[in-house]
Amino acid sequence: MSTYAVEGEVPGAPQTPEDMKAFMGRVIALEAEMEASGTFVFGGALHDPDAATVLRSGEGNVVMTDGPFVEAKEHIAGFYIINADDLDAALAWGRKVVDAIDHPIEVRPFRATGRVQA
Amino acid sequence: MTPAVAARTDATAVERVFRDAYGQAVATLIRIFGDITLAEDAVQDAFVVASDRWRSDGIPPNPAGWIVTTARNRAIDDLRRSARGRELHKQLGGLATRSHHPDTEEWGEDGPVKDNQLRLIFTCCHPALRTEHRVALTLRLLGGLSVDEVARSFLVSEPAMAKRLVRAKYKIRAARIPYRVPDEADLPSRLASVLSVLYLIYTTGLDAPERASLRSEAVRLARALVELMPDEPEAAGLLALMLLSESRADARTAEGELVLLRDQDRTRWDRSMIEEGQAIVRACIRRGRPRPYQLQAAIQAAHCDADSFEATDWPQIGALYDHLYSVMPTPVVALNRAIAIAEIAGPGAALTTLDAIAPDLDNYHLMHAARGTMLRRLGQRDVARAAFERAAHLAATEADRRFLAQQIEELAEAGAPMQRPPGGSTASTNETRAR
Repeated sequence: MSTYAVEGEVPGAPQTPEDMKAFMGRVIALEAEMEASGTFVFGGALHDPDAATVLRSGEGNVVMTDGPFVEAKEHIAGFYIINADDLDAALAWGRKVVDAIDHPIEVRPFRATGRVQA
Repeated sequence: MTPAVAARTDATAVERVFRDAYGQAVATLIRIFGDITLAEDAVQDAFVVASDRWRSDGIPPNPAGWIVTTARNRAIDDLRRSARGRELHKQLGGLATRSHHPDTEEWGEDGPVKDNQLRLIFTCCHPALRTEHRVALTLRLLGGLSVDEVARSFLVSEPAMAKRLVRAKYKIRAARIPYRVPDEADLPSRLASVLSVLYLIYTTGLDAPERASLRSEAVRLARALVELMPDEPEAAGLLALMLLSESRADARTAEGELVLLRDQDRTRWDRSMIEEGQAIVRACIRRGRPRPYQLQAAIQAAHCDADSFEATDWPQIGALYDHLYSVMPTPVVALNRAIAIAEIAGPGAALTTLDAIAPDLDNYHLMHAARGTMLRRLGQRDVARAAFERAAHLAATEADRRFLAQQIEELAEAGAPMQRPPGGSTASTNETRAR
């Protein structure tokens, strides 16, 4: 069993309340399906890059600046950490995520460090 | 025969056996140990043992099985010695722990070995890997080419190719690209990737004479795939396409210059390859599941059927291109279809088709060469020359550039000093379909 991060780019938030409701309905159903199959480990959405603060190690102290790291057209809007036997299984879940959010995603193997067991 | 000659012959025979056994042995070792690099190293060690043993004792009846058993024993020894190995060894449990004697061990030719090769093909050609990595892995792991041979085929340095292979293997390991034949649902798209990798290896071999060995390697791999997946007509179609194209390889050049299909000496075509390719095409037609590779093979089969360019059955080829375009509506298919249209309905009709796809293929030299040919046949020499100039500017190979330069020169000679004949010229009957 491996753990994968499934990250969505560009929030592209639904425009109307109806769209939003439908979007949330798809996401909640998908997360329930992940949960029921023992795939879901953790996940959620990130607030806008405007809310980000960057910390960098400097001369003897950590320097703080308004974020994000880089101004880019694309940014990580959210992620799922899932369990999957191999890449094909992870990609099958990734396809469902794309169907639900209608945005490109990146699937990357998650490497456990420290206390996190993967 | 002197002993020296005998030894040399043996060395060549052993080399050939290694080439054939490499993919099978690596595939099986990966299956056992779940690690590509370990499998490669173990097989390499086994080859060293084999090249000593076989030269004195002769080649065993099942060389691939001998290599697998020897490599497996080597790998187990190595694993027992290292800490990482002991851990892996523990995980593997009883699976790989028993040592075997290579001379007595039974290794069936069918069944597991073939399954392992098929698994390895699908791993190497996984769509999550970038195309150049798929090609490199396939040639290295299944074709048994050395890193240096793969590097030379793609005009990169050996360290660059080694790095490429390391990165590809890292992704397979880290992302856990599975070592398995895909499920029924995924099979069509995954097989398409395998076929396109093999065809890319073949067509890369067409680009330059020094890459010719890639073509025979591609044919060998396609043949192996057909044996592994006898029920996949597209795999058979790809093999037929390669064989029929390969049958004309010798006739395609004369003194280093390109010779167009129209001008080729058809007695130099390889009859046995044509017969094998055409037999596969006939079997595909009986199956009645025509897809792009089978249709392209059928088009090649029709060309190979004609004793002369004039005897070509253009209506049949046109109909096959219509069918191909209906299942694969790409600009390149449209380009080739336009060449057939020229023979059926004339250069004007072909030019209309070409103008429609020209924006899509503006950077493709063969599109401009085709336009140049049609314009020349229509008597529009100045525009034709401009099209050939653009083609020459875009051409990737030296042979293509020389050929196109010759067309430009002929148009200049015929156009400038002499008065252009009214209504066009039939001075040159060259065709754009070089191959």
